Amino acid sequence: MKSSAFSGGVHPQDFKQFTASLAVESCPLPEELVLPLVMHIGAPATPCVEVGSRVKKGQLIAAPKGFVSAGVHASTSGEIRAIEPRMHVNGSRMQAMVLVPDGEDAWADGLEGAGPNELTGDDIRDRIRAAGIVGLGGAAFPTAVKLSPPEAKRINTLIINGVECEPFLTADHRLMLEEGERVLDGIEILRCLLGVDRAILGIEDNKPDAIAHMDKLCRKSVVEVKALPVRYPQGAEKQLIFAACGRTVPSGGLPMDVGVVVQNVGTAAAVSDAIRKGRPLVERICTVSGPGLVRPANLRIPIGAPLSHLVKVCGGLRGRTTKILAGGPMMGMAQAGLEASATKGTSGLLIFDETAAQLRPEGPCIRCGRCVSACPMRISPTTIAAYSRLDMIDAAEQNNAMDCIECGCCSYICPAGLPLVQSLRYARGAIAARRRRV
Amino acid sequence: MLSAILTLGLMGLLAAVALGLAARKFAVETDPRELALVEVMPGANCGACGYPGCGGFAKALLEGKAMASDCSPGGKEVAERVAHILGVEAVAPEPEVAVVLCQGDNQKARVKYLYQGLRDCVAAQALAQGPKECPGGCLGLGTCARVCPFGAIEMTAEGLAVISRRKCTGCRKCVGACPRKVIAMTPLHAEVHVLCNSHDKGAAVRKYCDIGCIACHICAKTSPGAYRIDNFLARVDYEARQSPLEAVPKCPTRCIRDFTQGYPEGSRFAPPVVPLHAKDAAPSP
Repeated sequence: MKSSAFSGGVHPQDFKQFTASLAVESCPLPEELVLPLVMHIGAPATPCVEVGSRVKKGQLIAAPKGFVSAGVHASTSGEIRAIEPRMHVNGSRMQAMVLVPDGEDAWADGLEGAGPNELTGDDIRDRIRAAGIVGLGGAAFPTAVKLSPPEAKRINTLIINGVECEPFLTADHRLMLEEGERVLDGIEILRCLLGVDRAILGIEDNKPDAIAHMDKLCRKSVVEVKALPVRYPQGAEKQLIFAACGRTVPSGGLPMDVGVVVQNVGTAAAVSDAIRKGRPLVERICTVSGPGLVRPANLRIPIGAPLSHLVKVCGGLRGRTTKILAGGPMMGMAQAGLEASATKGTSGLLIFDETAAQLRPEGPCIRCGRCVSACPMRISPTTIAAYSRLDMIDAAEQNNAMDCIECGCCSYICPAGLPLVQSLRYARGAIAARRRRV
Repeated sequence: MLSAILTLGLMGLLAAVALGLAARKFAVETDPRELALVEVMPGANCGACGYPGCGGFAKALLEGKAMASDCSPGGKEVAERVAHILGVEAVAPEPEVAVVLCQGDNQKARVKYLYQGLRDCVAAQALAQGPKECPGGCLGLGTCARVCPFGAIEMTAEGLAVISRRKCTGCRKCVGACPRKVIAMTPLHAEVHVLCNSHDKGAAVRKYCDIGCIACHICAKTSPGAYRIDNFLARVDYEARQSPLEAVPKCPTRCIRDFTQGYPEGSRFAPPVVPLHAKDAAPSP
């Protein structure tokens, strides 16, 4: 089937050459791990071990609170040194558990896996929840919630996101190449759990080796590998659904409204670990890259590793560092330093020197409309940004500001260097605050 | 010619009759007191009373929901007039002014990162808690100055909000707009304030600000009873009988300011020449 192309989008240079051919290496343990209680969308987890207690790798140290939440597990064995506010990648200080590794890296007892067909659907869902798995593509939405659609919504398609459309990032690419079996196993588990016969693995066609490898692996299964054209944001949920199966998620709706569940390849691999080995989510693959780094690499990092440690493992900084991003360059979070630690959603750490990150002077809007053509959600960023600047929140809402996915295409394409995404985010924040008040 | 005059005249007459009838039939009864109340109000529609503009406040007054003294921009004068119209006893509100509790402009306070983006404090605060190292200081992007209905807030060239003690009416709009909660309402008679909003320990404050409170307790020792030190930050106790004046020159970081001696550096507001509590006697703008 020919894939449909979503409207809009941009073609940033992909810069994946830094790390695309480098095998994933494991990251040595840092002196301390900082595990924030919020590494997901939803309610913060509640600590369930005391300060000073010794924990084993994979032991639950903070329990989920409520349905939309995720637990936190010790990413290595050691001692809980403190529970205190620490710098989070989102830029604020948030409660976090500080774990000092003992160097043994010993797994907790009683982590047992299960073979195929041993577990019922509810058991699998419970295990995924207990493993603290969240969407590893970056948004970190608790996976078990996504896998529990209400009765009324009939799911018939599972889409697996192996697109990795952000420049620089190669974590999912390497995962598919090196551990395709694990990914495929995770996809099969998810597919059986949802009871669907159709699973599509979408991969952008700048990764021909990953497409060929996964295609070979999937030949025996019903999983269909689909090469998608290179265009940012191909990996955004709604754009991917349209490209993979031609369905359009309505404004304000969710993928389940069109019978689809989308999961990232990293999440699928984590699901496989949780079911087959009984291991909770304690590590992930993170691309540490950028021109401001001595030795870019794909690292298998323990969750909670300080960003400064990742830089040290990669040989340190080079040149005059001007910008640090947690995540990709289009949607990643700018950091004021290397003080924060990697969370479950940290797919990359990018370091830029002065040649790569320059301040662009802001000019006036010349009404060229490039942001409008580039917007994959078909809204008009320049109009909403203007309303946002005038604090006309009603007008911004009427112009569908809430449809914005903050992909960054408008700011990227704007010849005047206007902070369009920031204006939209401001408007969205104001609208959300007002909706909460009413 | 004649027919044209007649036709137009007749049409005019018909329309006049129709309008006259409509005006009678659809007339909205208004309490004459409501109009009188709106008349005496400052007319800034600032919303300080908690109702949608002066008209909304007048309506709330007549419904007995609001108090005559709820209009802070109007002060004593409006409260008295409103009370007169409603035929109740006038209770004069305690006059208050807003004060920016920070003097750390771009020269005196360090930045965490170079900020480029919307010139708005709320938007900047959303980016890693704002570009300033200090967690409580003024970001200087002028959100408060834009919401002030009375033009009482100026932004200095070095990015610090300063509120005029003459123009401020105490409507609290800026207090609600500031994402860092650095603006506080203080009694008008209080002329001495500790202009710092960081609860960090002294050593940390010294690192990022030349003029922040380091919680050294010298003020509390010099003017006993006039200052409270709470969580590493000194505050003038506005209820206290003791004068806080003596400690002002003793403060090692000079973060205590006596407003009768002038506004923070960079402000173009003229220092108040008369004692500030004489403001009530001054004609309202």
